[in-house]
Amino acid sequence: MRREIPLVITFVVGVVFVISYFIPHYPFNEFESWFTDWFSIVGAFAIWLGALNLMKISTLKIVKQKKDWPFSALTIVSFLIIVIFGFYGGKGFRDPGTTFDWLYVYVYTALSSTMFALLAFFVASASYRAFRARNFEATLLLVAAFFVMLGRVPVGDMITGFLPLEYQMSHWANWVMNILNTAGQRAIMIGIALGLVSTSLRVILGLERSYLGGD
Amino acid sequence: MIKRLSVFPLYAVLLLLFIFPTISLAQDETTETGDSLAVVPALDSVFIEERTPLPAGNVVVKDHDNDAGEAIDIKWDKSPDDFRDGKVKEYLIMRSDSADGPFELLGSAMQGESAFTDYRTAGGQEFYYKIVTINYEKLNGTEFWRASSESSVMGPVKATAQWFNTSRLNIFIGIFILAGAIIYFIFAAKGGKKFYIRKIAGIEEVENAVGRATEMGRSIYYVPGIHDMDDVQTIASMTILGRVSEIAAENDTRIDVPVCRSMVMVTAKEVVKEAFSKAGRPDSFMDDQVRYLTDDQFGYAAAIDGLFVREKPATIFMIGTFFAESLIIAETGNSIGAIQIAGTAMPAQLPFFVAACDYTLIGEELFAASAYLSGEPKLLGSLKGQDVGKAIFIAAIIIGCLLETFTSLNVSALFSSH
Repeated sequence: MRREIPLVITFVVGVVFVISYFIPHYPFNEFESWFTDWFSIVGAFAIWLGALNLMKISTLKIVKQKKDWPFSALTIVSFLIIVIFGFYGGKGFRDPGTTFDWLYVYVYTALSSTMFALLAFFVASASYRAFRARNFEATLLLVAAFFVMLGRVPVGDMITGFLPLEYQMSHWANWVMNILNTAGQRAIMIGIALGLVSTSLRVILGLERSYLGGD
Repeated sequence: MIKRLSVFPLYAVLLLLFIFPTISLAQDETTETGDSLAVVPALDSVFIEERTPLPAGNVVVKDHDNDAGEAIDIKWDKSPDDFRDGKVKEYLIMRSDSADGPFELLGSAMQGESAFTDYRTAGGQEFYYKIVTINYEKLNGTEFWRASSESSVMGPVKATAQWFNTSRLNIFIGIFILAGAIIYFIFAAKGGKKFYIRKIAGIEEVENAVGRATEMGRSIYYVPGIHDMDDVQTIASMTILGRVSEIAAENDTRIDVPVCRSMVMVTAKEVVKEAFSKAGRPDSFMDDQVRYLTDDQFGYAAAIDGLFVREKPATIFMIGTFFAESLIIAETGNSIGAIQIAGTAMPAQLPFFVAACDYTLIGEELFAASAYLSGEPKLLGSLKGQDVGKAIFIAAIIIGCLLETFTSLNVSALFSSH
């Protein structure tokens, strides 16, 4: 029963979702929002499982003085600070001027932005590796990247300013992006769509069960 | 000289006092005069009659197609006076529950428009509609005159729900054919038919990657993306996790799964635990192998980067839904020298993975990986069904290109008698 009940639920929900896409009549038109609501409710309760798991693993690490335990201590302290100020703020805990808001704006947002900003450096290092002309394909990539990058900045058009408008660098960059890149992306998208249908069908029909734990 | 200078400011002040009110009064007068000349008409019946537009004709009211009975469509032929600088300013859509009225204003359509959809239809109630074509003169929000004409009253009509969305018929047929092909090949595979499945480098390398971690005595990290269990990519990732965990358990190698969704944590824990049991090593599974970090995208990326740098895993799998954090994680993995296998169906992230990882499962390969790894005939049969779908798409694209080319070349003209 432990395996059969989830399979039955998966089958029923999967079939209902597929049907409701094609039938706009009540109650099918409501199924999607009902299931989405249920998912949100289950997810809201499940967040505590995650939080408790984080606390449990971090606490055990501190208690057993495992390697890098200070990071776990920092995790717990940060977690508790934000939770305490969140509850202390009551209903309007997110209002401007509250301590929670201050922590959100001046700590959380700043840290998130820092992580996001790192992306620029990672793009540079990844591009350096990707654009090395090791073989024919990599050379093609390098040439395409050269046109696109140069076409995206004003200096590209400045260099090719003596050419007619349709031969200037920005037009080459747009051509690479709109024709070659779009064609490749669409081929990938079609493959993804087919893969999605195939996987969904395997899951709905109960052929694919390993996500339930084992075959 | 000094006396003259001291008097100068007085002259200046007096001059300003006289000049500014004069300018101001002059402006007021101009405005009033301009207004009165421009907009105050002689509001007699002839004046209004001359400016009255012809009414909208052929009003058609019908139930909105392919919905749950929530709307009614109103269409009309534009008034003959509806052209640029013509007599039509707006069409007012009026509604009543009786043919005799009273009609309430439902909404308006601008000059040049000829359709309106009424989304305020109470369940099952019948309505009557008419279109009022109006012309008016407005200035600064004040309407000076209005001339209008009415169409005939149309109705009754009520919004009804449909049992099939005909606008999605093409998708239905496509899915029907694809699902049929997949099911056919699954049954064919069950019947013992052998299929050729092309090798996918990323999947072929899974065992070697796990083996590398075993040889180096380091752990494996499996990152299942940042979406929840309602995403098919995450489900596909969980199925691959099962196979990877099993191989790791057989090799007695630790596998860590840091997750960013609680429900993914619960699922992943079950999957890994089951895989260890299946490999005959249930005791090797530790509860802290699958751990929740945070729901936050960049918080998750930061935590994983920290774990990678401190733990230095030999092998990293990044399989699931990724966004901007993909490159942050993949580049950190690359910097510690780990062998990396990534897979996602997010087209925007694929170039990042290709650049930073050793192997990348591109789009559909992610969904094929589980079937490929299991080697089960019925799952492999579903991949063959997918190929049929691809063949249909290729045929449709070729036919579409040919038709488009012939149309643009006007090939039919070659066969015409003229």
